[in-house]
Amino acid sequence: MIELHCPHCGPRNVSEFRHVGERHFRPDPGTTDPDEWRAYLYLRDNPAGWTDETWLHRAGCRRYLVVERHTVTNAVRAVRDAGDASSADVTHARAGDVQPGTTDSSA
Amino acid sequence: MPRLRTRYSALQLVRRGVSGTGWPRAWRSHELTPTADVVIIGAGVHGLATAYYLAANHGITDVVVLDKGYMGGGGSGRNTAIIRSNYLTPEGVAFYDRSVKLYEGLAAELNFNVMFSQRGHMTLAHSDSSLRTMRWRAEVNKLQGVDSEVLDPAEVKRIAPPLDVSGDRRYPIVGALYHPPGGIIRHDAVVWGYARAADALGVRIHQQTEVTGIDVANGRVTGVTTTRGAISAPIVVNCTAGWSTLVSDMAGVRLPVSTYPLQAAVTEPVKPFLPTVIVSGTLHVYVSQTDRGELVFGASVDPFTSYSTRGSLDFVEGLAGHVLQLMPQLSQLRVLRQWAGLCDMTPDFSPIMGVTPVEGFLVDVGWGTYGFKAGPVAGETMAQLIATGKTPELIAGFDLARFADGRLVGEKGAAAVGH
Ligand SMILES: Cc1cc2nc3c(=O)[nH]c(=O)nc-3n(C[C@H](O)[C@H](O)[C@H](O)COP(=O)(O)OP(=O)(O)OC[C@H]3O[C@@H](n4cnc5c(N)ncnc54)[C@H](O)[C@@H]3O)c2cc1C
Ligand SMILES: [Zn+2]
Repeated sequence: MIELHCPHCGPRNVSEFRHVGERHFRPDPGTTDPDEWRAYLYLRDNPAGWTDETWLHRAGCRRYLVVERHTVTNAVRAVRDAGDASSADVTHARAGDVQPGTTDSSA
Repeated sequence: MPRLRTRYSALQLVRRGVSGTGWPRAWRSHELTPTADVVIIGAGVHGLATAYYLAANHGITDVVVLDKGYMGGGGSGRNTAIIRSNYLTPEGVAFYDRSVKLYEGLAAELNFNVMFSQRGHMTLAHSDSSLRTMRWRAEVNKLQGVDSEVLDPAEVKRIAPPLDVSGDRRYPIVGALYHPPGGIIRHDAVVWGYARAADALGVRIHQQTEVTGIDVANGRVTGVTTTRGAISAPIVVNCTAGWSTLVSDMAGVRLPVSTYPLQAAVTEPVKPFLPTVIVSGTLHVYVSQTDRGELVFGASVDPFTSYSTRGSLDFVEGLAGHVLQLMPQLSQLRVLRQWAGLCDMTPDFSPIMGVTPVEGFLVDVGWGTYGFKAGPVAGETMAQLIATGKTPELIAGFDLARFADGRLVGEKGAAAVGH
């Protein structure tokens, strides 16, 4: 994958975007239990195939986008603004997520 | 010591060279058997080492190793072969130290030259905060008897003369963490050495055999389905790294693992000039010079998850920029190849080893960008777990349950770039 088509900015180099990760929804902290919360923090589907994920157009419109991408071929079949999706669509980067380019690690 | 059909030695080399007789195949092919004591999925260094130690240390030889492709076709044949034990957590240091010890005796044990070159491993600090973490790491290391020390710029220059320590660069070198027993190895030789020795002990290795299903009845694993038939077995071990969630899903076990490609590149060979392995976390790059003279470069994982092993221009471009920050004198050097492998990243940069909620279904995964160095100790401890039914102390902290219990083993500071 070299380009992503941002619904606001058009076709842009993928290096302008940040991959936030698979879409997953935060359980209500008031009613959740530890198992559900830890699953929310750490478990992902990690499929080999089509997946819905969140990207941020950080060097463009700075909007969160929902991208349907095939994880084997990296083909993209749909991109839409996260705000156009349902109201429950609050996605968060997971704790300890791998965010290359932001790690000043002493390795 | 396995009873090998042909022992490799200088004498054999001369004899066969003079007489022109070729070498016999190092391992056999087999028909698939309908049963086994242990089924290991994945013929990378982890699967093969586990099979070898099962047979060598515990006399368990009714073991099959299955791979959907060829042995070493995953990360084990694609890594940059850095071996070290200067990690950050006490769990990590003790574990990787045992692996370095096993690697030191491996060529003799397997009768296979694995070319382990303990040329030292140097992680550069470009800021005071990096230096502080390094001091911490050095002390954790030393407490456990691991040779690890913080160097000042003059000592850096003495050990690695090609580095510019003048201090007028954008990222000045203000010190380094130096680990003399670290180094590089011939990764293919490790894989082949384990395969040959395991084969000699009776382990059956099946390449081109993909596991498509895992059978579970009443919470117990009962066997696997493959593209070449079914095998029933009371123990099934998942050693599939980048593919590990796909395999665990077959048993209904969810893993906190995301698959990211990691790329590497190699240059044309030049005369030896770089005596140690050099890592810069800040610049997202590490480099070593092989015995053939090529420079091997690596960096951090790709910016998004994927099962694709295609290289990208972004990667080589970024890499070249960062390498030239460290050693501008390399600007005329040409990159010969680049490639990618799949890495099974966990939230805490530590592996996931041992039992799962499905009885008999074990995992040895989450090896991310740093698992080649762990092959021997992971094989040894997984074999011990299978043979005794008890989780060895050395891997107790790496259990799958730690995520549910909130006991993460944070190694990001020592493994994000340094592998
Ligand atoms: C570019 C790069 C550089 C690296 N550098 C280092 C380094 O310097 N030092 C270090 O310690 N580590 C490094 N690593 C990490 C290291 O390579 C891996 O952690 C390690 O090789 C994992 O070994 P493994 O045996 O667990 O898995 P692999 O070697 O990946 O083997 C897994 C096998 O499982 C097979 N498989 C998958 N699905 C199935 C199925 N359904 N049925 C049957 N078989 C299946 C695959 O075909 C594959 O052969 C690097 C990795 C990469 C990609
Ligand atoms: Zn945009």
